[in-house]
Amino acid sequence: MSWLSEFVRPKIRALVGGNDVPDNLWHKCPACEQMLFHRELEEHLHVCHACGHHLRVSAKQRLEMLFDDGAFTIVDLPAVTADPLKFRDSRRYTDRLKDAQSKSGEREAILVAHGKIKGQDAVIAAFNFSFMGGSMGQAVGAALLTAADTAVARNAALIAIPASGGARMQEGMLSLIQMPRTVIAIDRVREAGLPYFVLLTDPTTGGVSASFAMLGDIQIAEPGAMIGFAGKRVIQDTVREELPEGFQTAEYLRDHGMVDMVVPRGELPETIGRLISLLRGQSDHDNSPLVAIPAPTPDAS
Amino acid sequence: MPHFLDFEKPIADLEGKIEELRHLSDGEINIADEVGKLEGKVERQLRQTYGRLTAWQKVQVARHPGRPKCGDYVSTLIDEFVPLAGDRLYSEDAALVAGLGRFRGRPVAVLGHEKGNDTESRIAHNFGMARPEGYRKAQRVMDLANRFDLPLLSFVDTSGAYPGVGAEERGQSEAIARSIQSCLSLTVPFVSVIIGEGGSGGAIAIATANKIFMLEHAVYSVISPEGCASILWRDGARAQEAAEALKITAQDLMGLKLIDGIIEEPLGGAQRDPGVTIQAVGEQIGDALDTFAGMDGDALKNHRREKFAALGTAGLI
Ligand SMILES: [Zn+2]
Repeated sequence: MSWLSEFVRPKIRALVGGNDVPDNLWHKCPACEQMLFHRELEEHLHVCHACGHHLRVSAKQRLEMLFDDGAFTIVDLPAVTADPLKFRDSRRYTDRLKDAQSKSGEREAILVAHGKIKGQDAVIAAFNFSFMGGSMGQAVGAALLTAADTAVARNAALIAIPASGGARMQEGMLSLIQMPRTVIAIDRVREAGLPYFVLLTDPTTGGVSASFAMLGDIQIAEPGAMIGFAGKRVIQDTVREELPEGFQTAEYLRDHGMVDMVVPRGELPETIGRLISLLRGQSDHDNSPLVAIPAPTPDAS
Repeated sequence: MPHFLDFEKPIADLEGKIEELRHLSDGEINIADEVGKLEGKVERQLRQTYGRLTAWQKVQVARHPGRPKCGDYVSTLIDEFVPLAGDRLYSEDAALVAGLGRFRGRPVAVLGHEKGNDTESRIAHNFGMARPEGYRKAQRVMDLANRFDLPLLSFVDTSGAYPGVGAEERGQSEAIARSIQSCLSLTVPFVSVIIGEGGSGGAIAIATANKIFMLEHAVYSVISPEGCASILWRDGARAQEAAEALKITAQDLMGLKLIDGIIEEPLGGAQRDPGVTIQAVGEQIGDALDTFAGMDGDALKNHRREKFAALGTAGLI
């Protein structure tokens, strides 16, 4: 079942059943304010046809856009302590979690799935920014470890797709230690000789950007994505001067040598598939590995 | 003139009285009795106050200007210290000190954030807030430690990595991430001590160690209480509540099994007796290094990895 048939269509049906023209069939582009009809938006992979702005998408939409034919298998993720610090600010953390869960229909801010990208075996770990700002706590850290182990077990490439404001503050130090834990995860993939790519999407900041998200063998970014360590406001308060134009955008990072390429959403499967194929030494005729070079026979020496 | 924190006012008043008595005494009146009484009161007051510091009070103690800094530990505990400068790519970063020396006779590599002890040195060290160059220098020194089999010691004391335009342009995120990766690749014993403030990613970049200790009144947090308050409470002034909620004290983190031990501070905090504090830290480092004697490189690396892979997962679910 695709995201479209499972989620969008029933919702639209429910809405169209009423007398009013439903508002949420139309989305306003956050960049140019153009009104975008949902079906068109869907067809354009949630890229504004007027200005090219890449709207944020959910983890599930990511998986559907990247895996061949939108087909993938979701990987079960380990359970973690829900609220280790019994954290409460203006609201209880457990309440915020429940809200995020019921709004998104997901358990946490990340989904892990395996499938094929242009015929290449791949595991994707994709973030849901709408789930508490895609923040990284114990569940996300554990998910990345699971994603890495799945990639190793399946002899597949790992693609991390962060969309995150950083650490999940409500888990305190238990969120900070996810930085080294996610680095351990990708080191496992690295040591297995498998490719690890990062697709930086809007936004990727804080403890997420300063751990697994900057350590890809190849760093890809979506156009216009905000990527950085410190938040703009924090920097502005520190330096007390105008920030350069385009500061912390994907293009700015590319120009400063921090990412390999900025790739429009529609070209991602092709780009990722090709890179996996090149790194894994496959011939361009098919997706099967090159014939192994025979080992020298003993009498050859 | 010692620096007193807000909550130390009663102590400051008592010590002020003692000073005054000593100053007024012309030798004819015997003030010893009175001074002795007041000193007793000071001690009781210190015991009371420091025995139950709130998380926010600990933040203030951890940031105390008179607290021993990285350089004080290095100059006392490390003989023949040779500082190393530069990342070989862009610049030197004095916020993150690196070098080689001897700890109890044995060659070691050292990393630490230096906050500075006075206005001039604070500015020179950028208040202990490192830029990418600092973290890349750290990676260089970790590589040296690996190749020449030198145990690594780190002294952590930073409010966080520097949030600036240049730092971002030169890849603050990548530098921190790569520094964590370097920590995890070490095949030598790595002992880290949070001596003051352990500020987020900028701290863990040089604290992903085999053994992590905290001074009794040090703090270690994913975000500053002020920053957390302004985001979650939308009011930076509610930092006290945020400090409690974030569980940032050595005692809290020991309870969560995220650190390996707490190093006791002198009565009234490290700032009251830097010498004793530094010696206690030295003892702890010595003991920790002893526990790794005879372990080979891969075992040390695996120990660190498995420790972090397991952190937070045991006994909490
Ligand atoms: Zn637009």
